[in-house]
This record gives sequence, structure tokens and C-alpha cells, in this order.
Amino acid sequence: MRVMGSETEYGIHAPSAPGANATMMSARVIQAYAQITRQKTAGGAETRWDYTDEEPLHDARGWTLERSAADPSQLTDQPPVLDAEAVALAYGRQELEADGSDETGSLLMNMVLGNGARLYVDHAHPEYSSPEVTNPLAAVTWDAAGDLVALAAVRKLAADPELPPINLYKNNTDNKSVSYGSHENYLMPRSVPFGEIVRGLTPFFVTRQVICGAGRVGLSQDGSRPGYQISQRADFFEAEVGLETTIRRPIINTRDEPHATADKYRRLHVIIGDANLSQVSNYLKFGTTAMVLSLIEAGQAPRIELHEPVAALQEVSHDTSLSTTVRLLDGRRVTALDIQWIYYEAAAKLAQETGVSDAVSGDGHTQGVLERWESVLTLLGSNPPAAASSVEWLAKLALLEGYRRRDGLEWGDARLGLVDLQWSDIRPEKGLYYRMLARERMQRLVDDGAIARAAVEPPADTRAFFRGKCVSTFGKQVVGASWDSVIFDVPGIGKLQRVPTREPLRGTESLTGELFRKHATAEGFLGELLGPPPAPRG
Amino acid sequence: MAAQEQQQPQSRDTEIEDEVPEAPPATPDAQASAATQGVDDLLDEIDGVLESNAEEFVRAFVQKGGQ
Repeated sequence: MRVMGSETEYGIHAPSAPGANATMMSARVIQAYAQITRQKTAGGAETRWDYTDEEPLHDARGWTLERSAADPSQLTDQPPVLDAEAVALAYGRQELEADGSDETGSLLMNMVLGNGARLYVDHAHPEYSSPEVTNPLAAVTWDAAGDLVALAAVRKLAADPELPPINLYKNNTDNKSVSYGSHENYLMPRSVPFGEIVRGLTPFFVTRQVICGAGRVGLSQDGSRPGYQISQRADFFEAEVGLETTIRRPIINTRDEPHATADKYRRLHVIIGDANLSQVSNYLKFGTTAMVLSLIEAGQAPRIELHEPVAALQEVSHDTSLSTTVRLLDGRRVTALDIQWIYYEAAAKLAQETGVSDAVSGDGHTQGVLERWESVLTLLGSNPPAAASSVEWLAKLALLEGYRRRDGLEWGDARLGLVDLQWSDIRPEKGLYYRMLARERMQRLVDDGAIARAAVEPPADTRAFFRGKCVSTFGKQVVGASWDSVIFDVPGIGKLQRVPTREPLRGTESLTGELFRKHATAEGFLGELLGPPPAPRG
Repeated sequence: MAAQEQQQPQSRDTEIEDEVPEAPPATPDAQASAATQGVDDLLDEIDGVLESNAEEFVRAFVQKGGQ
């Protein structure tokens, strides 16, 4: 359908070591996974991230933010240097000492995985950025693979008697005024005016939470008002459009880092989504958003404009009855479901016109998204509890309502807060989502075997194949990688060899699989890939 | 819980998928009590999985800022 990918920042917590430094704990998670995969190179250095093409201050509206005006958290184009001094500066020396470690200089901060993903420390959280995929089912698969990667690290750390066990949570808030993100990325042609993207996406982003919100106990940023709301993230958004991701969060993020040929593509960086464990919610999040982008590109996005999008986002999130109405600029009042139906109808019409939803000649994915989207919207309008096996906020709500009924709990009760938190524990024996999945109360779209393979294997149909195979095949010679490059250090060749991968749909298995099969050494591989053809031999 | 029994107001003729694997009981009352029983079984299992001391556990879950 379209090149896309996910990013998950995990909540991190060591119950037996409260106050432990989050950045160091996050680095331990990365370290643990590196020990499992043995992808550390012989010299002891990780596969470094190549920061050459990171441009976090480029704004899609056409300008670049001055470095001096940027919040320090926006400077993501510099490798994080985590030494004892930096940690002490950021979090206070006392905390560093309380954590019982001052040897932070050697901690691993960044990895490129054999499945093409990036696993690294982002601020104070471990983050998994999925490899690029081309459809929503693959997005669900490689996103869930990240949860398996994180789980493997958690298991490894739990087996270490020297260190406190670390829990990871696939959620977006600590309910104490802090939020951390789950982002989506979509490749778009550069030619689409950014204003059209803002206009076309805003009403959709305000309302798509009814199908892909993960649910949250507590209202307001610090969760202090008792209640339940549809979205984890809604209360943390304060602007309609902007460059920031950590402060004054905007519904539409303008970071313009294409990680690809810049005059051809833009990478739309979406920061408004909740992290999803529900496969159906996650599938619809990627699938419907990709289709709305097609509407915008075709100039056929619904012409609806919300009166106050940020307020509407929160009103929709706070109404689990789905009956609240939001005001449009033309004065009409409509529900979130009304807006979703308007987008659905437009997307279905365009898909029929272009033929992508055709059962025989279509793209094989659009029709599936449309069917799910329609059936979930229909249930939400008629019998919402019946959608609980697919829609994450409803599944969590069913569990919470069970506790409220059986034990007579008020919304402010700590046990309900614990159910909300533990819903997202990535360990299958502790995570309540996984308990529901095991009882077949949540629908599966992808089986466990496919997710396990995706934790190791890259997708075949994007440049992630090339990146992942380079790491898993020639790991010792790969000294750096990024979304759009792989850097080799081959013995006997004086300088580093940087292989650019600026076309997301090249570097696929069909284009490069044979090269990997043919060459046992990085020298031979690079020789055929980059060098002049070898002199003919007799 | 059966999806088909609730006809939505929209004029859509598409068959609604059966989202719930269990066969629906005959009457709404029986249906509700079967659903409650199912949830109670689930809650019993989850009681055994929940971290002890909810208040303390939830209070201690403090995160640094993120994106």
C-alpha cells in the first residue's frame, strides 16, 4: 500500500530499585539484547547509528529551527554521550550513586538489528523503531516483533542476579504528567502541499482514537481526575501543528527528515497515536491512516474542518459513550463516528475508482482494511461491547468494568490504576492484554510464529531487507547504519565504504537476495555491489 | 454479545462479522449472566497475576519525559 513503520518508546520500571536512573536502565536493556544476538562487533563497539542524514530541526512548512532556539530534547541528530558526568548533570549525582554504578561510559546506546529495526535509548526510554514495511499487516507484525525483542531483553536481565529486574510497558503515560510516544511514519510524495496534509488529516486524527485508542484510567495530564478515557495520549496534546514532540505536542508534527531522496519524498511523522497491543486496533491505525493519505494525495480528502481540534481531541477521548458532538467550522455538530464514516466513505470510493480494493487486481490489503474499518465502525455505532475483542480501549474497559462490578471499585481506586498499567506489561504471564489474548478474548491477525520470525528476519520488500541482511550476514564488518545507509569497514581497504540506501523500495530481497546468497565475505559482496567488475580470470 | 442481533441504524447491507467466538445464549438475561460468568473467571485468573500492593506499585511507576 505504502511504505510505513512504527516507533515504540517503552515505559521502564525496576520495582525493586525505585528511583534507578532511567537512561542507564534503558541502556541495560539494549546491552542485554546485544548479548543475546551477539551483534556486538569483535572490537566491542556496537553497530553505530550513522547520524549524517538526521535533520530533526527541518520543518515541513519550509524552514529550519535555529539550534539555539530548540529544546535540547529536539537535538536527536547527535549521538547521545552517556557518561557519568552527563547523567549526573541531567538527573543529579545522588541518583547516579544511588543506582550503584558509575561505569556508564561503556553502556551500549544504539543497535541496528538483523530484522532491519533500530533499538536504542531515546531520552530515558528504550525505543524500538520497526523496519520499513509496505502494508498494515506487516506493520502489526514487525511492531509486535519489537515487543518480543524487548521481552527477550527483560528475560535476560531477570536472569542476572547482580541487577534488579526491569519491567517494560507498552503504554504512553505514567499517569503523573509524563507521556512518551508511539510514533508512525508514512512515506509520501514531496509534491503534496503540507497545508493539504494538515487540512485532510486533522479531523481524522482527532477521531481515529475510537478505533485505535488504547484506553486510560484517569483524566488530565497527571491523571488526577477520576474516570476512564479512550486515548492514552489525548490529554498531552496542546497545539494543532508544530515541530516539537516532547513539549507543546502538536496533532500534526512537522519534522521533515525524509530519510530518503529528499526532493522526491517526505516522511510523515505521526506522534498522536497510542501504543497498541491489540492487533486489530494497530492494523486499523496503520491501514486507515495510509488510506487517508491516499485521499489527500488524490485531492479527495473530505472537506470538513473542526472548530477547535485540540479541545475536540480531548472531548472525544473523554466520552466513552461515543455520543459527544464536536463543532465544525460550518456550525454543524457531529460525533467522532460521523467523521470516521465520512472518511470511510471517501476512502472506499477512491479505492474503487483506482482499483486498489479489487479482489483480483487490487493491492491485496486495501479491501481487508475497508472491511475491518466498516465492521468496527458499525459495531461502535450499534453495540460497542461487541467490538471489545478488536478495539483496545473497549477491551481494557470491559476488564475494568468487571472489577468495578465485582469489587465495587470507584474510578480513583489504585487497583484500577494497576490494571491499566499492567495491561501493557510486555511479559505474557503478567501482561493483562496477553492474558486476554490467551483466553481468545482478543482477536489475532498474525500468529505467534510469524511475529517470532519477524524479530529476526527483515521484511522482504523494502530496503530494510538490505540493512537487516547486512547486519546479520556481515555484522563484524558493519560499523554503522541508519535508515538510508550501511557503512562497512573491510580489512585491507583503507577507507570506510558507505552504501547509501535512499530509495525505500530498493534493497529488497528480489533485488539483492541473490547477492547475499552468492557472497560469503563482505569483500566479495561489496566488490560486486560497489566496485568495478572484477577483472576477468582465465 | 452477539453482533448480529443489534441492527445498526445506518443503511448498510454488509454482513456484520461475528466478533465473539462463543455461541450466544437464547435470551438477553441468560446472555448477560453467561457473559458475567465469563468475566468473573477471567478476573479470578487476573487476581493471581496482578502485582501485590496496587497503591504502592502504581505510585512508584514514575517515568522521565519522552517524545
